[in-house]
Amino acid sequence: MTVIDPTAGDLAASSVSVPDAEVEHAVDTGEVASWLQVTPLMILLTLFFGLPMLVVLAVSFFDFDRTDIIPAFIFDNYIDLFRSEVTLRLYLSSLKFAAIVWAVTLILGFNIAYFLVFHVRSLLWQIGLFLVCTVPFLTSNIIRMISWIPFLGRNGIFNQALERAGVISHPLEFLLFSDFAVVVAYVHLFTLFMVVPIFNSMARIDKSLLEAARDAGAGRFRVVAEIVLPLSKTGIALGTIFVVTLVMGDSFVVRTMSGGQSASVVSALQNEVAALQYPPAAASAIIMVIIVTLMVAGILRLVDVRKELAG
Amino acid sequence: MTRKISGNHRPLNRRRLLKGAAAGGALATTEAILGFPTVWAQNTKDVTLVHAGGSYAAIKEIGEQATKDLGFKIVMQAITDDVQLNRSLTQPNTIDINNIDSTKLPYLAGKGVLQPVPVAKYKYWSETVPLFTKGAYPNGQMASTQGLSPIEAMFYTAKDGKKLADKPTEFLTMIPTIYNADTLGIRPDLVGGRDKVTSWKDLLDPKYKGKAALVDYAPVGVMDAAMAIEARGDFKYRDKGNMTKEEIDKTIKILIDLKKGGHFRSFWSTFDQSVNLMASGEVVIQSMWSPAVTAVRSRGIDCYFVPLKEGYRGWFVGLAPMAHLSGLKLDCAYEYMNWFNSGWQGGFIAKQGYYSAVPTTAKKFLTPEEWDYWYDGKPAAVDIKDPYGNLMEKKGAMRDGGAIWDRMGHIACWNTVMDEDRYLTRRWNEFVSS
Repeated sequence: MTVIDPTAGDLAASSVSVPDAEVEHAVDTGEVASWLQVTPLMILLTLFFGLPMLVVLAVSFFDFDRTDIIPAFIFDNYIDLFRSEVTLRLYLSSLKFAAIVWAVTLILGFNIAYFLVFHVRSLLWQIGLFLVCTVPFLTSNIIRMISWIPFLGRNGIFNQALERAGVISHPLEFLLFSDFAVVVAYVHLFTLFMVVPIFNSMARIDKSLLEAARDAGAGRFRVVAEIVLPLSKTGIALGTIFVVTLVMGDSFVVRTMSGGQSASVVSALQNEVAALQYPPAAASAIIMVIIVTLMVAGILRLVDVRKELAG
Repeated sequence: MTRKISGNHRPLNRRRLLKGAAAGGALATTEAILGFPTVWAQNTKDVTLVHAGGSYAAIKEIGEQATKDLGFKIVMQAITDDVQLNRSLTQPNTIDINNIDSTKLPYLAGKGVLQPVPVAKYKYWSETVPLFTKGAYPNGQMASTQGLSPIEAMFYTAKDGKKLADKPTEFLTMIPTIYNADTLGIRPDLVGGRDKVTSWKDLLDPKYKGKAALVDYAPVGVMDAAMAIEARGDFKYRDKGNMTKEEIDKTIKILIDLKKGGHFRSFWSTFDQSVNLMASGEVVIQSMWSPAVTAVRSRGIDCYFVPLKEGYRGWFVGLAPMAHLSGLKLDCAYEYMNWFNSGWQGGFIAKQGYYSAVPTTAKKFLTPEEWDYWYDGKPAAVDIKDPYGNLMEKKGAMRDGGAIWDRMGHIACWNTVMDEDRYLTRRWNEFVSS
């Protein structure tokens, strides 16, 4: 969640800057009102995000022994982090998962949202089907993930079904405790985070635009490529931010579904915390925050979410 | 039993009461404690002690029984190892009785958060198994000192509790409670029989490729691997419980090669995961804990806690009062810790497969058939039930590995924290991410 906060801060900051730009027109009270509006969020973010991050930043320069963290100003934690080949491997692995999961959830999310918005005509059905999409969220994340294990296992339901159907003679081993299993669980858990914002963007598209395009002779594919896709950009960007930050920040899914065979940046960080090695864990967290923030900033540069949301 | 209580500042009546209870000798069980005058009970009825420990030890039912027997309140908190260490060090006042396993002592001893226990305060010292009092087996033979052995973990050099001693002193780090011998668990039906696995080296045998698992906890996982590597004859460790950097490097390299070759199906980090891996047949040989083996069996699936020729990996757990306790609360803490080894708890956890530090008291809370099965390794004369009354073993079954000293008497190495633990954590992370 922390990774989303900078964006929120950014949004908050920018809404302040709007009156600044039009300062000639704005009366003082308007500016004061904006500041007042943004104050609660600023206080919350400062207290619960800014200050803790500062503490983490400070600790990342500390020294440590078996049980204590020792105030100091050393770069060893960062040097160790950058020197270790594990760091690169973990980031590559996390980025690989993020890329695959992003692509799959985007395709699924876009199509599901497209279906809901443009194919389902009745509002009642639209709402009904949308709620169906959220049904899995009525159970806990953990249960949804763990239920894949008996399904995908060596003697699991899927393998047994395939064997009975005569498709395979030996159980497929790659189904569980593998990268495949991790991706399946991620997609299952995170697709809705893609569906909702894309649905939201698509729902605002003026239907007459599509009719006009069709009247002008555009085929279905061209309508999607030139009208729906560009106008859903905001939703895609928001969904991307959700999915990418969730995957990058995960440790539990990757650990459980890979049977501990894959690690993520965060699961390595957890091992350090469990061994009371806070300063290297803090350094790792700081680097993680910087990288994910850069990723989010990159997405926001490509798509002006603010403008679209305001419009 | 009537050890003189010396050098303390407790009120006289309290001292006499304790002695009186102790003098009850063999009867110094819950009844004797319940027999305390009500004045004492009234003093203590508002006392609440927070007992924190791993889920295998800080069991709710034990706390409820203690509350009933003692007249003051015991709050059981089952927490994970890292939370326990964290709370012990950063918020020591949130715990009263710290149920620590021996590997927490290198972290906590000398930090001023635990309170040394004078031997005189512990009623059952003379009945405690010699493993903890002398570091020896009942037959007089000294136990292995690879890893953190009982003799190296049980005593402080002096009453300031600054340093661990390696020989008996008058100041205990903790009152020993439960212990066990860990080994590999196998699925006899899937490996071709109980006799197919006889050595730790079988864990690395290519015939179990893709069907083996290790615990994903560096200090224990690396030791299980070391047992296997040494048994396979790759090389000999100076001390598996305290590896050098080179030994860690060599071990991790072997493990990484095995992992890349697809030897391991999984690494588990929770009890339930280890049970499910085994029960589902994903894994046929892995590091395991005794109750996990019985949990697999209670599903009607054969699982065997194999006695291996190189011996077992041993562990032990105890109760340490926290440093902030004093006065009446400290009195209650001692009362409670003594109650803990007075039998009820020992009987309860025996049915989970763990041993009590004071078997003589636990025996009173087990039926003769249960005692024979759990402690003496004899065939079960009746159906064996777990502490909650569920069927665990059918009549005629025998405990894997046999009697207590057939198992505890063959510890090759004890759970530990290595001097190079920082380096080990880093290398283990590399292994898991490779």
